[in-house]
Amino acid sequence: MVEALAFVLMGLVALAGAVTVVVSRNPIHSAMGLLGTLVAVAVLYVVQLAHLVAAVQVIVYAGAVLTLFLFVIMLIGVDTSETRDEKLPYQRWVVGGLAVVIVVFAAGLTLFGDFEWVPAASTTSPEATNGTVQAIAVPLFTDWVLAFEATALLLTIAAAGAIALAHYRRREA
Amino acid sequence: MVDAGWYMALAGALFLIGALGLLLRRNALVMFMCIELMLNAVNLTLISAGRALNDLNGQVAVFFILVVAAAEVVVGLAIIVSIFRLRTTASVDELSELRG
Repeated sequence: MVEALAFVLMGLVALAGAVTVVVSRNPIHSAMGLLGTLVAVAVLYVVQLAHLVAAVQVIVYAGAVLTLFLFVIMLIGVDTSETRDEKLPYQRWVVGGLAVVIVVFAAGLTLFGDFEWVPAASTTSPEATNGTVQAIAVPLFTDWVLAFEATALLLTIAAAGAIALAHYRRREA
Repeated sequence: MVDAGWYMALAGALFLIGALGLLLRRNALVMFMCIELMLNAVNLTLISAGRALNDLNGQVAVFFILVVAAAEVVVGLAIIVSIFRLRTTASVDELSELRG
């Protein structure tokens, strides 16, 4: 019951935030809409017992990534004069048609098809997926330790690349 | 317990909104935010599927996606800033040098 209430409320917040990202002309409003979606999705993670992932979502996404977005918006200025005219005139029709096809297909599959999005496990135990720090750490540092080290390397490369891009000067300048 | 199918529907709607935004907007920053929306929708499906299947690896996958997305944002925003330095615009319509 609590989960249903949280799902409906946070689902609406997430959808409203997503729509704000797409339709608002001011990039700062888009960033705020993204913040709403991120926090709402984090709440949905908590409801589904993914505690560590929810905390990381709020700290990394809502904290670091969104701050970075706002810094870049501040750097390059709030450009509200985005033109709405389309250089590829057929694209809007293709996009609209694709969206309608996808929605109708998914709804038809769910309502009329003999189809489960996620087959239910034979035994459901909340303890098995209680995503505490200890529970996540066990697979992370046993099965996925190679991937963990690879992402560490990736982060180092990304930081070095960002610094290199920031210090880039053209030769003739 | 809310059925996992409902979470899938919500994630699908978020992904669709993000994809439409990516195709319809012209501001590189907003397009980037739409990519983040789509990544979040996928993360939500992974968490829900992991819970329905009694598998903790879904949450581990989301953990990795978060890290990679953070790295992607760092590099992507640096690229947008350096494009802006050269062209003083963040509109992707202006970046048409590769047109054949």
